Amino acid sequence: MNRKLLAGLMLGVGLSVTPALAADLRIALNSDADMLDPDQSRTFVGRIVYASLCDKLIDITPELKMIPQLATSWSWSDDGKTLTMELREGVTFHDGEPFNAEAVAYNIERSMTLPESKRKSEFTSVESTEVTGEYEIKFHLKNADATLMAQLADRGGMMISPKAAKAAGADFPTNPVCSGPFKFKERVAQDRIVLTKFDKYWNADKIHFDSVTFLPIPDTTVRLANLRSGDIDMLERLAATDLTSAKADSKLKVESATSLGYQGITVNVGRGEAAKKPLGQSKLVRQALSYAIDREALNQVVFEGAFQPGNQQVSPASPWYNKDVPIPARDVEKAKALLKEAGFDRVEIEYSVPNNPVQLQIAQVVQAMAAEANIDIKIVSKEFAKLLDDDSSGNFEASQLGWSGRIDPDGNIHAFAVCGAGMNDSAYCNPEVDKLLNDARVAPDDAARKALYDKASKILDEELPIIYFYHLKWIWALSSKIEGFVPYPDGMIRLENMKLAD
Amino acid sequence: MLSYIARRLAVIIPTLILVSIFIFTLQKILPGDPALALAGEERDAATLEFIREKYHLNDPIYLQYINWAGSALKGDLGISLRTNEPVTKLIGSKLPVTIQLAVMAMIIAFLVGVPAGVLSAVKKGTVVDYLANIVALSGLSIPNFWLGIMLILLVSVNLGWLPASGFESIFVDPVRSLQTMIMPAFVLGTSLAATLMRHTRSAMLGVLKADYVRTARSKGVSEHAVIIKHAFRNALLPIVTLSAVLFGQLLAGAVLTEQIFTIPGFGKLIVDAVFTRDYAVVQGVVLCTAIGFLGMNLIADIAYFLLNPRMRSML
Amino acid sequence: MSAAFDTVDTVEPEALPPRSGNRAWKKLKRNRSALVGLVLVSFFVLIALAAPLLPVPDPAATSWTAVRKAPSAAHWLGTDEIGRDILSRMIWGARASLMAGVVSVIIAVLIGVPLGLLSGYFGKWIDQIISRIADALLATPFLILAIALAAFLGPSLTNAMIAIGLSAMPVFIRLTRGQVLSVKTEDFVEGARAVGLGNGAIIFRYILPNVFAPILVQATLTIATAIIAEASLSFLGLGQQPPAPSWGSMLNVAKNFLTQAPWMAWWPGAAIFLVVLGFNLLGDGLRDALDPRES
Repeated sequence: MNRKLLAGLMLGVGLSVTPALAADLRIALNSDADMLDPDQSRTFVGRIVYASLCDKLIDITPELKMIPQLATSWSWSDDGKTLTMELREGVTFHDGEPFNAEAVAYNIERSMTLPESKRKSEFTSVESTEVTGEYEIKFHLKNADATLMAQLADRGGMMISPKAAKAAGADFPTNPVCSGPFKFKERVAQDRIVLTKFDKYWNADKIHFDSVTFLPIPDTTVRLANLRSGDIDMLERLAATDLTSAKADSKLKVESATSLGYQGITVNVGRGEAAKKPLGQSKLVRQALSYAIDREALNQVVFEGAFQPGNQQVSPASPWYNKDVPIPARDVEKAKALLKEAGFDRVEIEYSVPNNPVQLQIAQVVQAMAAEANIDIKIVSKEFAKLLDDDSSGNFEASQLGWSGRIDPDGNIHAFAVCGAGMNDSAYCNPEVDKLLNDARVAPDDAARKALYDKASKILDEELPIIYFYHLKWIWALSSKIEGFVPYPDGMIRLENMKLAD
Repeated sequence: MLSYIARRLAVIIPTLILVSIFIFTLQKILPGDPALALAGEERDAATLEFIREKYHLNDPIYLQYINWAGSALKGDLGISLRTNEPVTKLIGSKLPVTIQLAVMAMIIAFLVGVPAGVLSAVKKGTVVDYLANIVALSGLSIPNFWLGIMLILLVSVNLGWLPASGFESIFVDPVRSLQTMIMPAFVLGTSLAATLMRHTRSAMLGVLKADYVRTARSKGVSEHAVIIKHAFRNALLPIVTLSAVLFGQLLAGAVLTEQIFTIPGFGKLIVDAVFTRDYAVVQGVVLCTAIGFLGMNLIADIAYFLLNPRMRSML
Repeated sequence: MSAAFDTVDTVEPEALPPRSGNRAWKKLKRNRSALVGLVLVSFFVLIALAAPLLPVPDPAATSWTAVRKAPSAAHWLGTDEIGRDILSRMIWGARASLMAGVVSVIIAVLIGVPLGLLSGYFGKWIDQIISRIADALLATPFLILAIALAAFLGPSLTNAMIAIGLSAMPVFIRLTRGQVLSVKTEDFVEGARAVGLGNGAIIFRYILPNVFAPILVQATLTIATAIIAEASLSFLGLGQQPPAPSWGSMLNVAKNFLTQAPWMAWWPGAAIFLVVLGFNLLGDGLRDALDPRES
C-alpha cells in the first residue's frame, strides 16, 4: 500500500517508474499468441509461451544439437525405421498426472488424429507407437525419416496431460495443462498470458522466477519504451534500427541470434495466368532480378546492417549452407545482359507485399534497385490474410514472404520446393529436386544429407523459384539486471538458469 | 412516455438487424480464406475442409446468417476462430476496458470543455473568447493518432513519465490504472472537449439572451450569480443530453486510440479481428457497439424529453 | 480521430431563404478566422496543384547514402527511411490527402443528397427504408466500416476514398432529408404544386436551391473529417500505397522511427492539422455567413 502511495506521489511530481515485482518476469511479445494447444497452434509467439509452459521430448542446444528433455536417451534401429526412447522418471503434469510412455503414446496419437491438429504433416512417416515399458516407447516408421527428431524437439514433441486433454477436447486451449516449468494461470486476450511456477517441476532448481507474464505489444517503439521505463523486463524482436540506441543504454543489454528462417521473393512459376509472365517463364529473368539486388545495401538501409544477407534456404552461418553457391554480388550489367538473353529490354513485375511498413520499405528498396537493371516493379500491397490466400491459390506473380525456419534443414525447403507440397506456392516442379529432397529425408547420416542438399541448392540457385535475400536476426533486449539468458537461433526464450541479479 | 419509448424501440430493432446483416455480408465477401489463415502450415485439403465444416463456412451465406442470428438471440455469439474463446466472454472482458477509457475521456472533456465554453460565452467577443475558439477548433482538427504517437514520444520515450502502453483496471490498482490511462483518455477526450466547448458556448449565449436572465439582472442579482444560478443551469440541459450521444460515439472512437496505446479493449479486439478474419468476433463486437450507440441515443432523447418542460407538456 | 461523421456540428435544419451570395461573401470577408481558414486551404491547394512545377526532387528518388537524415540545407525537412526528400513527399502527398478529402465528400454528396431528397420528399416506405439504412450505417462504428470496406476493396487510395465516402454518406442523407421536410411545407413549394409543376421540377427548381447552403457548409466540414479519415486508414496501411506518398502513409512509416527520426512524424502530422484546421475555420465561417438568422 505504501508503495502505491509513494507511486502516486511520484506521479504527482511527474515521475512514475513502478518496478515490476522482483520474482515476476514480464516479457513483451511482438504479437498475441493464438490457441494455447501445441497441436492446434500455429504462431511463432505461441511457441515462445510454450518454452515456459510445455516441455518437449527433446530440446536443442544453441548449436542445434539434440539434447534430452523429457526423453533421456534414444536410439535408432539399423534400418532407421524404429526409434526407441527412454523417458524421464518422476515427471508430473501440472494437474498431478504422471508422465510416462502411455502419455507419450496418447500425445503422438492426438497430434496425428485430432481433426483440428496442425501437426499431422509432421508425423506422416509414423506408422505406430508401441509402449514397451513404463518409461520406454518405440516409434515404428513407414520409412526412415531424418526429420522426425526435429519435430519431437518442437511442438510435435510437446507433451500435454492426457487426462486434461481428454476432458477438454478441442477446448483444451482455454486451460492448457502441460509439464513445463510454469503452469497456466490466466489469459486475457491481447493483453497478457500469465504463468506461475510449477513447484513439482523436475528441473525446478534451475527456475528462479515465481511467475512469468507475456504481454503482446505490437509496436516496436512502445515495446522499447516499456522496457526503458521498467514496465517490462525483456522484449523479443527489437527493431534492428533501435539497436544502436538500445546498446548505448546502460540499463539494457541486447542479445541476438541469426534465425533459422529466411526472407525473400517467392515467384509463381507454375500456376495460372500470373505464372505466364516473363518472370515466371524465364529463369534468366529471375537471375537478372537476383543480380539486380544489392543484398548488403538492402541490409544496411533497412536494418542498419544488423541482419544476415543470404541466398539459400539456410543462412551462411548454418552447417547446412552450400559454400559453393555464394551470395551473388550486385551486377547491374550482368542483370541487363541476362534480360537481353531472355529476349527482353525491360520487364515488368507485379509484386505482392504485406501492407506493413517494414515489408513495404524492403519492397521499395528492391523496386529502386531493380529499376536500375531495367526491371520495373509494381508494388501491390495486400493485407496479410489476402496475401496468404492469393499466394496459396496461385494468384500472384511474385510475393515477398518469409519463413520463420525449422531446426532441420528439411523444414525450410521440402514443403516449399517439392512438386505439389503443402507450401509450394511457386508451384515449382522438378523431379530431380524432388528426388534429392526426398532422399535427404531418409539418408543415413548428416554428411550424406548435406551432399544431397548441396546438389539441390545448386539447381535451385539457378532456377530460383524462391529468390532469397536475407536471414533476420532475433534480437532480444532485456534489463541489465537479468542474468543467464542464452540466445537460441529458434528465437525461443528458455527460462532455465535465468535470474535477477541482486 | 411509454408509447414514445416503444415507438423508438420499434425503430431500433430493425436498425440492429440491418447492421448485423450488413456486417455479416461485408465480412463474407472480404477476400482471405479464414480456413487457410487458421490452418497455418497444415495446408492440406482435408484439414481445410475440416475447418470449413466445423465453422460452417461451406453453408450458403443466408443459412450462416440465420444460424448466427438464432444463436445470437439465445445470447450465444459464437467462438473466436483464433483463440477458441466464446465471443461473449471476450466482449465481457474487453467492454469494461473501453468503458473505463471512455468515461475517463468524458471526464477530461467535461472538465476542460464546459468551463471553457461558459467563459467563452460570458466574455463573448474578447480575446479570451477568440483564443478559446481557436483552441477548440485545433482540438477538432488534430489527428488523434498523431497526437497519440507524439505524446508517447514526448512523455514516455523522452521523459519517461508515463507508461507507453498497457491497461490496469481502476478497481485493481487505481494508481497504475490512472498512469496507463491518462494519456489515451486525454487523446480520446480532445475532440470531445472541443465539441463540448462549442456547444456549451452556444447554449450559454442562447440562455444569456433569454428573458429570465435579463429579469434576474434587472433585479440586481450579481453577475456571478446570474451566470451560475440562472444561465448555466439551464444551458446544462442540452449539454447533458448531448453528452449521452457523444459517449456512444466515444466507444467507437476508441478504436484507433486503443490501437496506438496497445490497450486491450473493444477497438483493438475488432481491428485485430478484421485483419485476422475472425468473423464471429467482428460480428459480435459490431452488434454490441451498435446497441451501445443506439441505446445512448435513446437515453439522450428520453432525457431531453423528461428534462424539457415544453416537450413534457406535449405528452 | 473524429469517430463519426454524425458530428453534432451539423447545421440546424431550419428553412429560411438563404442570404444572397453577395451578402454572404461580404460577411465571410469580415470574418477574420474564416479568412485564415481560406488562406490555409488555398495554400495547400495551390501547393498540391503546383507540385509538378516546384523545384523539388522526385518524391520517389531514393538515396542509400541519405537514409533518415535530419533537416538540413540539402533536405529542408530531412529524408525518410529510404533516403527520399521529405519536403518533396509532403508536397506530392498534399495531392493525395486533399484529393481524398474532396473526392470522398463528393461521393458522399452524390449518393447521400439524392437519397435524402427521395426520403424527405416522398416520405412513406421510401423514407422508412432509406432512414433505416442511414441509421444502420451510423450505428456501425465509422472506422470499422471503413476498415472492413477498405479491406474488402483492397488497400489503395481510391478504395479508401470510396470507403470514406460511403461512411460519410448517411450524414448527408439525414441533413438533406431534414431540410427537405421543412422546405416542403413552405408556401412557395405549395404554390408550385398548385400550379401543376411536376415532382422533378419542384425538386430541382425549389427544393434543391434551398437546401444547397447547409449542404455546402456540411461538405466543407466533412472534407476536414475525411482528410483525417484518410490519414487514419493510411496509418493502418489501408490508404495510399507506396511508393506514392500521402501524409497518412508517411505517418504510418514514421511511427517505426519515432526515436531515431522524429522529423518523419512532425511534418505530415502538422500538415494534416493545418489543412483540417483550415477547412474547419472555413466551414464555420461559411455557416455564419450563410446563416440567415444572424445579421
